[in-house]
Amino acid sequence: MPPAPAHVRLTGVTKTFTRGRNGSRVVALDDVSLEVAKGEVFGVIGHSGAGKSTLIRLINGLESPTSGQVHVGDQEITALAERDRRAVRRDIGMIFQQFNLFRSRTVAGNVAYPLKVAGVDRRERDRRVARLLDFVGLLDRAHDHPEQLSGGQKQRVGIARALATEPSLLLADEATSALDPRTTAEVLALLGRVNHEMGVTIVLITHELDVIRAVADRVAVMEGGRIAETGTVYDVFAHPRTTAAADFVRGALRDRPSAETLERLRRTHSGRIVTVAVRDRTGFQTALATTFLAHNVAADIIFGGISELQERAVGSLTFELTGPAGGIDAALAALRADGVDVTEENA
Amino acid sequence: MDEFVTNLPVFREAIWQTFYIVSISVAAGGLLGLALGLVLYATRPGSLMANRVVFITVNILVNVVRPIPFVIFLTAIQPLMLVSIGTTIGTDAVTFALSLAAAFAVSRIIEQNLVAVEPGVIEAARAAGARPISILLTVVVPEALGPVILGYTFIFVGVVDMSAQAGLFGGGGLGDFAVTYGSQRYNWPVVYITVATIIVIVQAGQFVGNALARKALRR
Repeated sequence: MPPAPAHVRLTGVTKTFTRGRNGSRVVALDDVSLEVAKGEVFGVIGHSGAGKSTLIRLINGLESPTSGQVHVGDQEITALAERDRRAVRRDIGMIFQQFNLFRSRTVAGNVAYPLKVAGVDRRERDRRVARLLDFVGLLDRAHDHPEQLSGGQKQRVGIARALATEPSLLLADEATSALDPRTTAEVLALLGRVNHEMGVTIVLITHELDVIRAVADRVAVMEGGRIAETGTVYDVFAHPRTTAAADFVRGALRDRPSAETLERLRRTHSGRIVTVAVRDRTGFQTALATTFLAHNVAADIIFGGISELQERAVGSLTFELTGPAGGIDAALAALRADGVDVTEENA
Repeated sequence: MDEFVTNLPVFREAIWQTFYIVSISVAAGGLLGLALGLVLYATRPGSLMANRVVFITVNILVNVVRPIPFVIFLTAIQPLMLVSIGTTIGTDAVTFALSLAAAFAVSRIIEQNLVAVEPGVIEAARAAGARPISILLTVVVPEALGPVILGYTFIFVGVVDMSAQAGLFGGGGLGDFAVTYGSQRYNWPVVYITVATIIVIVQAGQFVGNALARKALRR
């Protein structure tokens, strides 16, 4: 990865802000490097304050890094003056958490705006606006004003506006964070279509794993201005190597017992408690059961969850194991030898 | 009351003078104030065309001029009046001074309402590749139009108020009429008829302003 040529490349990017009168420095991004391949959906996940918003604004040059380079295609954004960045921005669409639609313009007027900026003539503008509004399913609302629309509809207008100049890259800044779960799913499905049907590369930032899970091909996990982990969505979240990634998985899948749940489980279950990460292979649980039986160990599932990431199984199961102490140890050793991830939930 | 009827031509003349002073001052002061307000907004730190020197200069100028009471301002700018319109008394002199005074008040109202425009929509325009001057005129101003119209209405009322002081410099108008033909002759009906006329003018202006603002805000 990535086999396709890089569409966006950040190289050693650092961004510090000076805050307040005393000039205290805040590091928003700390030596960040990443590559987004042409045609992929790349997600950046992190809690608020992790530096995601700054990162996405570096890509279209709304912000400039303190050091490091940002490339989009073969253009180095960081080397361009503000006036030259404007031309590049016409090939980069952007959508926002709060939609940022122009209240003074109609739905059609909002979508037409980037075309006016680009100097597209009226007839061509009307044609493209109609086609885009049709694409996002809002052709009948063309003459309404933004405040007459629901949140999901507003974001669909935002998407149509962002795509007006037929950009090859779309930046989504927490595009679904202001929406309810159902509308979120609709908007994410629309973003999926933008990627598949139009071949637009998408970089999206979010604090929700579900968003990443729904549309992203690859993901970067951010924490404290640094990239903790990058990889395919499955690799990063099925086998998180950092606590930052593991925390997101735990929060979204709720498959691993929290400290409080464990305490309660221990009160009601006297046996040894272990959590096994589910592997995406057929007969995994049969293999587990067989191993436990072979060592005379009774295994009771007392917690857990199995979900799907990029159409592959992911999750974990927590067992209460009872039987001869040597048998339990031998069973766990056998599982570990087979590459199974087993965590002992010690008191 | 008889005296009011006798002075009816003077009253009509006074109404005309007030209209003249107020409409020219609101139009000229409104345009100049709009320009000053746009400069204040656009050059402030972190804004579209941030420029410290320009911002500080204009900001200080506005801060110095705006608090001066209009009567004193009228006197203070007499040298400027002589140079630009050749006289320091009369309707035109008062209109000149009032236009300037209104401009400084308008500039702050424009600035305040533009600052209130959601930074997000400006960012969306920047992301679309728009130039700062285009963002200012085709995004920021239209987004703030409703409150700006209400601001102009507020200024209109203030200008009517200040225009009453025109008589002190031979500018005539309703204020002058109320004093000369009314209170100085203890002719209260004349005073009250004039007051009622001013109330009607102010109400009419407010009504038009509200209607336009409602249209802009679509509420």
